[in-house]
Amino acid sequence: MITVAFAATAVATLNLPQETSRYIDGKNSHLVQAYCLSCHSADYVTTQPRGQPRAFWEAVVQKMKKAYGAEIPDKEIRTIVDSLTETYGRKN
Amino acid sequence: MLPERRHFLKTLATTWVASSLWGRALRAAATVTLPFENGIRDLVQYPGKRKLIRLTSRPPQLETPFQNFNEGLVTPNDAFFVRYHLSGLPTEIDVQKFRLEVRGKVQNPLSLTLAALKSQFKSFEICAVNQCSGNGRGFSNPRVGGGQLANGAMGNAVWKGVRLADVLKKAGLDSKATHVSFDGLDRPLMPATPDFVKALTVEHANRPEVLLAYQMNGQDLPYLNGFPLRLVVPGYFGTYWVKHLNQIEVLDHEFDGFWMKTAYRIPEAPGSERTKPIGKMVIRSFLTSHLDQAEISVEKKTRLRGIAFDGGTGIREVRISTDQGKSWTKTSLGKDLGPFSFREWTCETTFSEKGEKEIWVRAESMASEIQPLETVFNKSGYQRNGVEKTKVKIV
Repeated sequence: MITVAFAATAVATLNLPQETSRYIDGKNSHLVQAYCLSCHSADYVTTQPRGQPRAFWEAVVQKMKKAYGAEIPDKEIRTIVDSLTETYGRKN
Repeated sequence: MLPERRHFLKTLATTWVASSLWGRALRAAATVTLPFENGIRDLVQYPGKRKLIRLTSRPPQLETPFQNFNEGLVTPNDAFFVRYHLSGLPTEIDVQKFRLEVRGKVQNPLSLTLAALKSQFKSFEICAVNQCSGNGRGFSNPRVGGGQLANGAMGNAVWKGVRLADVLKKAGLDSKATHVSFDGLDRPLMPATPDFVKALTVEHANRPEVLLAYQMNGQDLPYLNGFPLRLVVPGYFGTYWVKHLNQIEVLDHEFDGFWMKTAYRIPEAPGSERTKPIGKMVIRSFLTSHLDQAEISVEKKTRLRGIAFDGGTGIREVRISTDQGKSWTKTSLGKDLGPFSFREWTCETTFSEKGEKEIWVRAESMASEIQPLETVFNKSGYQRNGVEKTKVKIV
């Protein structure tokens, strides 16, 4: 909330609701937890359309590393893409 | 094309145990199901906001439940959508310490307090729509990656502030100045993540409608809409409306930061691989009086109501069709709040047969821009503007 005190200061503070979304448990989902949660909440992934092919998740992970500077080691990329594809690539 | 359905409010609260790295909590949450696959969202109340549809938590992205657009032409501050790109939101803003810096290719760099900005420059007000580039992305056919929004990432407000042109004039542009970039207080968390910085040409920056706004609908900007100052670029997609704006840099070259050069690009022409920065909004219109699956009585005069807007020429006409586009009926336009605002349309119609019907809405601008029957696909899911088709039940 914006809290304004009319003394010498007028400071607005922001208190956001608790983050509650979480990644779906699945094979190697601990890597998704480890590397994807550092920049954004899990709902960035969980709200994506289901049933997308591996190429969809490959493009996402590459974009996160190359464009957004996610600190994902090259050796983990394939496992992370596999995990996302297996967990979120299925149709609901 | 997916049929345009409306948010279906689940009145039953659902309860689940949420666990995350940040702890476990038991909570009850109302949810909304947006009318596309995987469209279940929480309805959550954020600071300064009524309950909105949460797309993401960190950084926060909140969408306005569509029924709010039937309340009036101006979107209340607490109903206005929220969209951040970077998780490093400012958690505290000291208005006394806040400064707007203007630097780069200028004769007199400026460092302005909010009070100085308000007292040294003349204020202006403009009613204008702010719409996310990806508004309606969830309806894209085929589906594309990105924020899976229905049509609630838009809003219309009366913005009050000073003209960017007046501030640039005071700073004194160098003769070589060609572009102006804008940065706010939000920051990336990772060192290699590009900071969110946007740019306009000097010509655009000097247009009279472009404001540095500190008020929205007569109140200070809500924190989550850019308190204490944001760029307002009427007619242009929301990506340019930089929030918590504190740095303006005048350049002698085209700005080549990630958020202009790589992100927020649209095809130069439909289907083209060559791209350009997204810019002016394309024309859209909506039915707001009846949401998807609404029931309408047969053989009874029914009032339909909705909104339309374009990139700043204003709305000339809105037509509706109840026979899948075979015939179109002109509607009446409401009060004109200026060319950048939502424009209300209304009409009365009587359905003579029971059964399922679609109500199609199509607007034409003062520049003769007409909505296409179907949105032209682009792989980023930007600037959806095909004719919206609402399914109703005549009973």
